[in-house]
Amino acid sequence: MRPFAYDRPDTAAAAVAAVADRPDAAFLGGGTNLVDHLRLGIADPGLLVDVTSLTSTEIVDIDGGLRIGAGVTNADLAADPRVRARLPVLAAALLSGASGQLRNMATTGGNPLQRTRCPYFQDPASACNKRVPGSGCAAIGGATRNHAILGASEHCIATHPSDMAVALAALDTQVRILGPDGGRTLAFTDLHRLPGDTPEQDTELAHGELITAIDVSYPRGRHAYRKVRDRASYAFALVSVAAVLDVVDGTVLDARIALGGVAHTPWRAVRAEDTLRGGPATEEAFAAAAEAELADARPQPGFDGGNAFKIPLARRTLTATLRQTTPRETA
Amino acid sequence: MRIELTVNGVAREADDVWEGESLLYALRERLGLPGSKNACEQGECGSCTVYLDGAPVCACLVAAGQAQGREVTTVEGLAGDGLDPVQQAFVEKGAVQCGFCTPGFLMSTKDLLDRDPAPSDPEIREALAGNLCRCTGYEKILDAVRTAAANR
Repeated sequence: MRPFAYDRPDTAAAAVAAVADRPDAAFLGGGTNLVDHLRLGIADPGLLVDVTSLTSTEIVDIDGGLRIGAGVTNADLAADPRVRARLPVLAAALLSGASGQLRNMATTGGNPLQRTRCPYFQDPASACNKRVPGSGCAAIGGATRNHAILGASEHCIATHPSDMAVALAALDTQVRILGPDGGRTLAFTDLHRLPGDTPEQDTELAHGELITAIDVSYPRGRHAYRKVRDRASYAFALVSVAAVLDVVDGTVLDARIALGGVAHTPWRAVRAEDTLRGGPATEEAFAAAAEAELADARPQPGFDGGNAFKIPLARRTLTATLRQTTPRETA
Repeated sequence: MRIELTVNGVAREADDVWEGESLLYALRERLGLPGSKNACEQGECGSCTVYLDGAPVCACLVAAGQAQGREVTTVEGLAGDGLDPVQQAFVEKGAVQCGFCTPGFLMSTKDLLDRDPAPSDPEIREALAGNLCRCTGYEKILDAVRTAAANR
């Protein structure tokens, strides 16, 4: 690990200025990803600016929803009574992620910015366009079980690892950002980028921009989060689905759906939503929605057998999760 | 840099701490508290579990500077005049093989029972999911957690 400087400014504005001033500076939130990366040699900052004590740790009521301070831990967010009652898809996603120890440190601002767990990205000896642009992609044709089936490019097939971000992508979520030139707000679904030919850039945030809070609106409808993984706890998703379905008299008035484990971004399932909206909440409709969403999915061959299995897995998990959001007919 | 923190109820400080050090390193190598173990160093195994302001965290993933001014409890802080009931239950049930994971399991178990005095087996498994035993001695560990819950 290269020596670096550590700074703990008093205000968010000072932190933003400090990072914006130095191209090799980085914000430090809960540290559960960055501290690991320092040790692995993936991150090599010259200056770490600790923002854990200066971003809000409050969850406040706003019109029709909540403003979640960037410093709120995943554990505190999942335990908040308003989140449990009105945003159960978010609470379930949070509790399905990581372990208790990590949720106690990981923050609302930091979690969506965590980096892929692609093993080739995490191994400095492997070619990786995300870590070293232009060096190639060792994942392509490698072990691809955890890699993308939607939106990948010839330069990067990594997936986004967060569960929380999948729920936030399904909900009506706005990201509040402070930058060197002032504040701005970004729809959560516009935060993350597909890899294209610049996979080194995970998000639309510019250097020095800091997430200060995340606003989430309460949706109408029933929530479900379903995560399929290699073991029952403490594993990243092969496929996950966040869904909120507003069904009245058997008709889908609104659908909010996102997939995890399948793409470089938390994947908002716009096609599935469009297929469902205005139609009947039936098993056939759910299957058609899943079919539409996965129509462009492409498997990644790999020496581990590849990830073609994830396409039917995603389709079935999506169908099953939609079923879970729909009250059973009572005979 | 210098860090000042409270460890097991006592105000402590460490000088010449390197910015890249973890809280775990500072506890073990600078403050003479080797109970928290250094195993995976990437937050997977839970052997380094300590309480930071009362909440269990992986000390290996906490940068030393992040602990400035905060309260830390390590496994050395569990016992009072006698062993904590969780420690006693692990002894009674022989929930130890090589012992390297044990401090982390003790910390996670005590936290679980403080929150939920009578957890179900699935709740115990979920609460201990962030602690790995490479000897795979989980059955005795589960026995010990149930015993600790009953004895508290």
